[in-house]
Formats: sequence, structure tokens, C-alpha cells
Amino acid sequence: MANRALGAPRLTGPQPVSEQAVTAAKGTQVQSLISAGDSQRADAVFFYAMLACGMSVLALVGLIVYELLTKSSLSWHAFGWKFFFRSEWDPVNDQFGALPFVYGTIVSSILALIIAVPLAIGVAVFITEMSPRWMRGALAFTTELLAAIPSVIYGLWAIFVLVPLLRQYVQPGLAKYLGWTSLFEGPPYGIGMLAAGIILAIMVVPIISSITREVMTAVPQQQREAVLALGATRWEMIRTGVLRNARAGIAGGIILGLGRALGETMAVTMVIGNRPEIAKSLFAPGYTMASVIANEFSEATGDVYLSALVEVGLALFIVTIIVNILAQFLVWTVTRGTPARSHA
Amino acid sequence: MPEATTKVMLPADFADAPISVFRRSLNFLVTVAAVTAVVLVLLPLGAVFGYLIYKGMGSINWAFLTQIPKPPGEAGGGMANAIAGSVYILLIASCMGVPLGIGAGIYLSEYGRGTRFGNLIRFTADVLNGVPSIIVGIVAYGLVVLSQGHFSALAGGVALAIMMVPTITRTTEEMLLLVPQAVREAAYGLGVSRWRTTLSITLRTATSGVITGVMLAFARVAGETAPLLFTAFGNQYWNWKMNQPTAALSLQIFTYAISPFDEWHRQAWAGALILIVLIVASVGAVRLVANRGMLKGTN
Repeated sequence: MANRALGAPRLTGPQPVSEQAVTAAKGTQVQSLISAGDSQRADAVFFYAMLACGMSVLALVGLIVYELLTKSSLSWHAFGWKFFFRSEWDPVNDQFGALPFVYGTIVSSILALIIAVPLAIGVAVFITEMSPRWMRGALAFTTELLAAIPSVIYGLWAIFVLVPLLRQYVQPGLAKYLGWTSLFEGPPYGIGMLAAGIILAIMVVPIISSITREVMTAVPQQQREAVLALGATRWEMIRTGVLRNARAGIAGGIILGLGRALGETMAVTMVIGNRPEIAKSLFAPGYTMASVIANEFSEATGDVYLSALVEVGLALFIVTIIVNILAQFLVWTVTRGTPARSHA
Repeated sequence: MPEATTKVMLPADFADAPISVFRRSLNFLVTVAAVTAVVLVLLPLGAVFGYLIYKGMGSINWAFLTQIPKPPGEAGGGMANAIAGSVYILLIASCMGVPLGIGAGIYLSEYGRGTRFGNLIRFTADVLNGVPSIIVGIVAYGLVVLSQGHFSALAGGVALAIMMVPTITRTTEEMLLLVPQAVREAAYGLGVSRWRTTLSITLRTATSGVITGVMLAFARVAGETAPLLFTAFGNQYWNWKMNQPTAALSLQIFTYAISPFDEWHRQAWAGALILIVLIVASVGAVRLVANRGMLKGTN
């Protein structure tokens, strides 16, 4: 075991340091390593220092929960559960209800998923099952590059490129042909729920497709060969042999994307229109939970106002935590047993 | 009889049996759909980068890089203070977040492996990773801004540090776990104490991987805007004090993008280009160095 580990120089990760053995023979470096300090006490100090770092992670989450709970208590006592079912948002008279924000967050996120899920699964299927080998790495890298672009840059691009495009071409077309569904009514401003949904979709595609790719890769190769040997076409092989086996993990990826979409702030704030209204049409401006905090937090005068905003944050926090835990569990049910692969 | 069975099993025989037109065209349609999906996903990526370079390049000039903003509506001016402010806030964040994250990673891989407490910390780190950035901003506001009495660079740094910790913790742990147990045992066998082994042997062996993790975390927070809105807050002037509001590139891009002035829109594009170049360059440079070290096997 020891020999094999030391003699295997081409690991993908960190390399075992073989020089250490060489210098050990010379004795010089080891001597300096051994003589450094009272080792027992130093060991204990080091252990407690590392333990403190580890505990700090717990402390941070605890701190977040504590801050959110204490700072929102004022609004909680004033409005109770009704806070989430009222649509008044009136800072002047200290009347607050989060319904328009909850609605905007849910609608924009679901819209994003409706657009992003087929695209993300299509990309994942293409990369893992169809693309020639030389394209695979490049495509995976490129889609992941989408995830590295900061949210504010997506917002900037959306304001000056996506929104005018929607206003001039897409929205008039939608209104003309799909106006009867009453989802696409009203003046085409460009900004609004539709723009927010599209920009969110662009942002969650890389997350969903990278998880989908991961779980599809975890499906054993024999599964594919078995289905193909039975005379299936490639699509039938993908559907029955791969997608069906990976569906729990894919669901996990989708939910992880949902978690990202729910909490996404800047890009949405820049294009959704920021009006606390509930409208049926996707052309109408809306507001999300994250955007209202971003826009009004630093200007919130009055304790109840601030506390109401923190309560919106608390609700957002709880929902994203639940969504993320669920997603991780689903992904884990598919990828357990296969060797862990690091992903950002 | 065995002959017949063999015949049935041979896939070559199926080749003669025609696959129905429906199944074949469905297969074709799905392939087309998958290719279309790839194109549709790559399109916005190309469009974002294309516009960044097209609009940004035209607006970057010496003044943009060296001057502070002019009053609204006036032409000229730049984002020098915002670029410096971003670097300043990121430095503050790194000073706090990197040691904490690496320490927690060391704890997880060297002491907490398989223990219930270790699993709890690992799980909590994953939870922290999923917390929306705007929430982290609220917490940093409550912790630093409220106790100091005003917006500050420190508050922004704290917010970004909180976001860096979980990423660094998990990658450090993963990288340290890749170091073979035998390497640690070799050190113990020579009488090297445990803490010395961890720092000088295990961590050093994993250096390139750990640095990559740190850079990933750095790149992730470098473009963050939401947690800075009510912590660092932004500033039209130079500021080097920890306890004063500080400009940041991402904040400046946001303010300029939603402003009504064409001149500011231009500068927002330029700022965005600088931001993305900073992110890509810092990650690329460190990756290059780390990879080279790994190839030599010296790091």
C-alpha cells in the first residue's frame, strides 16, 4: 500500500512528495521538523486552532439564523403569518405584506426553470452521449464559463441587449399569437417578469446541466450497451438506459437550479421592473424577495420597515436551505457508490 | 437447436430488420433538438462576451483607469477608485476568509474524518454555500454596520469572507483527502509531530489544489454585488479607511447601468470588461502556476 501510493507519481490531484524521503535520509530537514517546539503542547494548540476554524462554519450559520430571527421579530409580532398573504407594501403607514414578492420570486423562478430545464438536459445529453470526444471537454468548459460571469454583468447585458430585443421583436410577436392566453398582454415594456425569467434561465442552465452531466456519467456503461444490444436507437438508449436511471439526480440538479434562481438578486433587480404588484401577464413588471431587500434595505427608515425586509430575507433563507438540502440528497442517491468527482 | 439460438442472439440479424420510420425519425429529431439546445445555450454566452468586448473596449482609456467619477451628466471621469476599492475589499475578505476556510478544511480531513461532528460541519458548510448572497449582506450589516454606526469597507469584507469560507473549506478538504495516508505515516515514522506533518507535509503536498480552491472562491465573490449594497455601500471618492464607505467595481457597474446617462452606460460596460478580465486573469494566472508546480512535483 505504502509503496504503491508513493510510487504512483501521476495522480490528478496533489502529488506525493518523494523528495521528503530523500531529504529524510540526509537528515537535515527532518531534524528541523522534529526540533520545532514542544510537540505535545504544539499539537494540542494546533488541534484546537483547527477545531475553532471548523466551529466557525457552524458559528457563521448560527449567526445568520440569529441575526435574521432577532432583526425580524418586530415585523413577526406585528403581522404574524398574515405577513406572507397580504399584498400591501406601504412604508409610510407601516403596513407590510410580502405576497407580491413571494409571487414574483416563485413566478420568475418557475419561468426560468421552464426555459432552462429542456435546454440544460439537451446540452447534458449532447455532451455525454452524442458529441465527438474532442468537443466534450471544450463544451463542458464553455457551459461552465456561463456560471463564472458575475450576476451584475448579466444584468447589464440584459438591460441593454435582451430588454430592447424583447420589446421590439419578441413581445409584439408573443402578444399577437399567444395573446389569447392572457399571459402575454399589455404594453411591451421589455422589462418585467419575462425578461427576469429569461435572464434567470441563462444563469441556471450551467448548474442544471453540470449536475445532469455528472449523474448521467454515473450511469454504468453496461447499461447503455445492454439497451443498444437489444436493438434500440440512440434516443431509445438514452431514454430508457440513461435518463430513467439518472432521473432522481436530474431532479436534484433542477432543484439546485431552483435554489439559485430563488436567491438570485442583481440581474433580476435590474430587469424585473421593481413594482410590488401581482399581474397575470408576464409582460407586467414585478418584484422578487431578493430584489426588494436589495433596493430598499439601505433606505429603510423606521424599525418596522427594516424588520419587515429582514423577515422577507428570513423566509428566503429558509426556503433556499430546504431546497438545497433536498437537491443534495437527490443527487447523492444517484452518485453514491461512484467515485467522487470534484465540481465547483 | 443451438444454431437457432445463436442466430437469434446476433445483433447483425437485427440490422436486416428495418427500424420503423417513426423510431428513426424520432431519433433524428431528438439529435437535432440536442444540438439546438447547445446552440441556444452558447448563444447568450457569445453575446455577453461579444458585447462586453465590443462596448467595453471602446470606453476604456487612460482617464477611465486613473480618474474618479465626475458628477452625473458630465463627460469623462473613471472608475479608478472603484477598481482599487474592489481590490481593497477583496484583500480584507481574503485575510479573514482564506485562513478560516483552510483551517476548517484541515480540521475536516485530518481530525473530523468520519466523525459525527465532522459530518455536521461538512453539512453546515454546504448549507452556507447555498445561502443567497443578499442574506449574507443583511447579516454583515447587522454585525458590522450597526455596531460601527456606518457603512464600511470592513463590512463589505466580512460579507465576502463569509461567502468564501464554505468553498475553501470543501475544496481544501477534498484536496487533503487526496494525499495518500502513507505520506503522513512516513512523517510520523520519522518522529515529526502531527501539526508539523499537517502543515509541512500534507498541506504542502496539496498546495496547488488548495490554491485552486482559494481562487475559485475568490472568483466567485469578486463579482458579487448584492452583499456589498448595504455594507461597503459605494463611494464617489477615494477611500482607504477600513471604517468608511468604499467604492467597488461591481457596485459602480450596477449604479451606472440603471442610471439615465449614456456616458455612465458606456463606463458601466468598460467597468464590466475590467471586472471580467480581473476575474479571468487572476484565476488563469494561479491555475497556470499551480499546474506547473504540480507537473514538476515540487509543490
